[in-house]
Amino acid sequence: MKRVLSVMTIICAVAMTAQSKVIRVGYTKSIRSIQQAVDLSQNGDTVLVDPGTYMEKNIIIQKSITLKGINYPVLDGENEFAIISVKTSNATIEGFRLQHTGRSEIRDLGAIMIYDSYKVCVLNNILEDTNFGVYVQNSKRCTIKDNSITAYGKDEVQSGNGIHCWRSDSLVIIGNKIKGHRDGLYFEFVKNSLIWRNVSTRNVRYGIHFMFSNRNTYVSNIFERNEAGVAVMYSKNIHMYNNHFLNNWGDAAYGILLKDITDSDISGNYFRKNTVGLHMEGCSRIELYKNIFNSNGWAVKIQASCDNNDFTRNNFLGNTFDIGTNGSLVLNTFTGNYWDKYEGYDLHKDNVGDIPYHPVSMYSMIIDSNPAALMLFRSLIVGLLDKTEKILPGVTPENLRDNKPVMKQIKL
Amino acid sequence: MKKILKYVVVDIVQNKIVLIYTFLLLLISLSVFNLESNSAKGLLSLLNIILILVPLICIIFSTIYIYNSSEFIELLVSQPLKRKSIWISLFGGLASSLSLAFFIGGGIPILLYHADSTGFMMIAVGLFLTVVFVSIAMLAAGMTRDKAKGIGLSILLWLYFSLIFDALVLFFLFQFQDYPLEKAMVCFSFLNPIDLARIQILLQMDISALMGYTGAVFREFFGNEIGVALSFVGLFLWILFPLLLSLKRFNERDL
Amino acid sequence: MITVRDLTKTFVKLKALNDISLSFQSGECIALLGPNGCGKTTLIKAILGMVVPNTGSIEFKGQSILGQWQYRNLIGYMPQIGRYPENMTIANVFEMMKDIRRDSRRILDEDLISSFNLNDLMHKKMHTLSGGTRQKVSAALAFLFNPDVLILDEPTAGLDPLASERLKEKIASEKEKGKLVLITSHVLSELDDLITEVCYMQEGQLAFHKKLDDLKAETGEDKLSKAIPQVLMFQSILI
Repeated sequence: MKRVLSVMTIICAVAMTAQSKVIRVGYTKSIRSIQQAVDLSQNGDTVLVDPGTYMEKNIIIQKSITLKGINYPVLDGENEFAIISVKTSNATIEGFRLQHTGRSEIRDLGAIMIYDSYKVCVLNNILEDTNFGVYVQNSKRCTIKDNSITAYGKDEVQSGNGIHCWRSDSLVIIGNKIKGHRDGLYFEFVKNSLIWRNVSTRNVRYGIHFMFSNRNTYVSNIFERNEAGVAVMYSKNIHMYNNHFLNNWGDAAYGILLKDITDSDISGNYFRKNTVGLHMEGCSRIELYKNIFNSNGWAVKIQASCDNNDFTRNNFLGNTFDIGTNGSLVLNTFTGNYWDKYEGYDLHKDNVGDIPYHPVSMYSMIIDSNPAALMLFRSLIVGLLDKTEKILPGVTPENLRDNKPVMKQIKL
Repeated sequence: MKKILKYVVVDIVQNKIVLIYTFLLLLISLSVFNLESNSAKGLLSLLNIILILVPLICIIFSTIYIYNSSEFIELLVSQPLKRKSIWISLFGGLASSLSLAFFIGGGIPILLYHADSTGFMMIAVGLFLTVVFVSIAMLAAGMTRDKAKGIGLSILLWLYFSLIFDALVLFFLFQFQDYPLEKAMVCFSFLNPIDLARIQILLQMDISALMGYTGAVFREFFGNEIGVALSFVGLFLWILFPLLLSLKRFNERDL
Repeated sequence: MITVRDLTKTFVKLKALNDISLSFQSGECIALLGPNGCGKTTLIKAILGMVVPNTGSIEFKGQSILGQWQYRNLIGYMPQIGRYPENMTIANVFEMMKDIRRDSRRILDEDLISSFNLNDLMHKKMHTLSGGTRQKVSAALAFLFNPDVLILDEPTAGLDPLASERLKEKIASEKEKGKLVLITSHVLSELDDLITEVCYMQEGQLAFHKKLDDLKAETGEDKLSKAIPQVLMFQSILI
């Protein structure tokens, strides 16, 4: 039996080496066109491309091959074409510089288009001036890793997304740097995926935007200076850990906007200098814990349409307003958070304040209904109104309070 | 003009109340910066002092000083001096000595603890408010001969600028909240020097909340250099108009 | 030297000056007399430009004083109550006045400073001084710049008899130098030997303006205090 097995192994190994060959492409080589090399290759082969600029008008890959560039050969779409289209399984695209994709109103054109595929890897490429960067559709278990994707989008209509995924499953998206697209990362109907260590900055609309994408995990991503921050909608079982939401200014900018998100986990995230750190609308059963809200206009805005969300052990530091809300109905709980504006005392010395903290200021509610009132921000009259409201709550929701505010900043 | 100015300044600088004011400001500013955990928070506390205490002290002290020097003014008027130069010297003396007091009491601690654009803006705005309220005090003191009435009037004016005006604006906002009021708000802010000052400082501090929410009007107007310049022109006009008005009254007044 | 024409001044309801015309010549010492509230001080203040008249004009050396200020270089004024910045010493006040009137370019006349012994008090602050000492300071200041016209509002009120006498001597000597001296007072007797003309005012109106000698001749009285009531009685009979 043992013998049979070892023979089998040897045969397999020989067969594999016999099958997989390396095809070189370059100006000095016999094959000068990548498409030609791909056509000549068989499953398991590697196409190795020399440095240089290749104008190939949409390379189509339908075999399980590895397409690899030496020293970032340039693939140019001449502002007219998609650059690589993949429809296969077990393919890898690695080490290219892809630039100047076309733009079309009829179909989405991008640098790397992946259709109906399985286990395709896009590794370590540099994408410049692309409409869509990496475009994944109807695929499973694809990996997009360590790519740098830059566009120079000026408005929402004319630009595409950095990494665009549609109706896919089990994707892994790691360590990409995305800049200047409409949405940095875009997911629609994407399940069971991991988004890890990506940096999405200065996009025309959202740093990340997903809808109807359940059971995804977002870890250690950085979203900075996006025109409208981050927006996630209509999804369940989302896990967001240790992400940074930074410097999202503007009229409609949020660190993160959660709309109709349910049964999710948001923890260890850092919100700094956003107009609104976290905006929640129609959200249910979200656990928010150990997040830091620092120097935001509003740390959290929670609409009355949210229920059963729990805020525990978060730090609220130097925000202009801690919590904003739009109604008197409160179905969410706040327990054991640290609020730097808390003015209570702790006679028991158990690090828990003896009187509850009301994080909603009256003035924030006034501004909510009447934005022009911002002119009176920090004026004496507003200060007096706020103080009176703290003593005799009339407008602000009496139930929105932290009964166990922590006296010292929580170490996270 | 310089001759009288010198004597007025020397007289005010020796005044105990000005010394106490300087010392009090210094004490408050230092304790605010030392007690608060971070200096940004200290700056915020100082904002209230600049917007409330400085105008109050300036307007009341100046009013009382002018009433108390009525005989001195009489003496000067009987001398070969232009009335205009007497009045301007009084204004200049009050404004410069109270500004000096503010700079020592508030400016130096700010420079020590928070010497950035916010700090500089605060000092600039504090100095402007000092001078504006000296100017308003000159007008209030010129309105009536009765010292008690004059002081009452100046307290009322202070109350108006620091509280009543904003309350009226708030009331107005609620009455007309269905209309777009941002532009009106920008105009309103020019009607009150304290509001102008406050908005200038806030643009340096709580910028995220301001920028984010009220939409483009505030940001476009106050956010750029022209807006800042216009605000300071507004503050300058708040110095000029009360002063000129009071000067006109003083020129026609019997002593 | 000073001509007042048809001067009227109304304070809110009170008619302080009612159509007054007067003229004063240099070399004269004029007593401006009348009961309290008759408008003496208002007239003086109008001449000094401190009160702006409703109608009428005042000319100083032939020029209207309206809106002018240089002419005050030629006037020394001693107010009824002299008050000064409280934190200044007497020396400061003198210095300040010298500073203010530097343009007068007159020879300083410091006679009164020495005859009032003010030199010993120079270091004292104004708010520590008695009313009398302040009057001394006021008087010394009025004469300091050797002005052509002296206007003294109740000069002897509050002064001790000695100082009062010294002041009178000084007034007499200045008059001799050909200056115009205008004195208001309601104490009649002390002026007898000083003055050359008498203006008497009543309720904002000028009752009479006569040379002292004429007055005495008309009434046959030698004392001012007795002559004036007689004239007034005489006038009222005429009316």
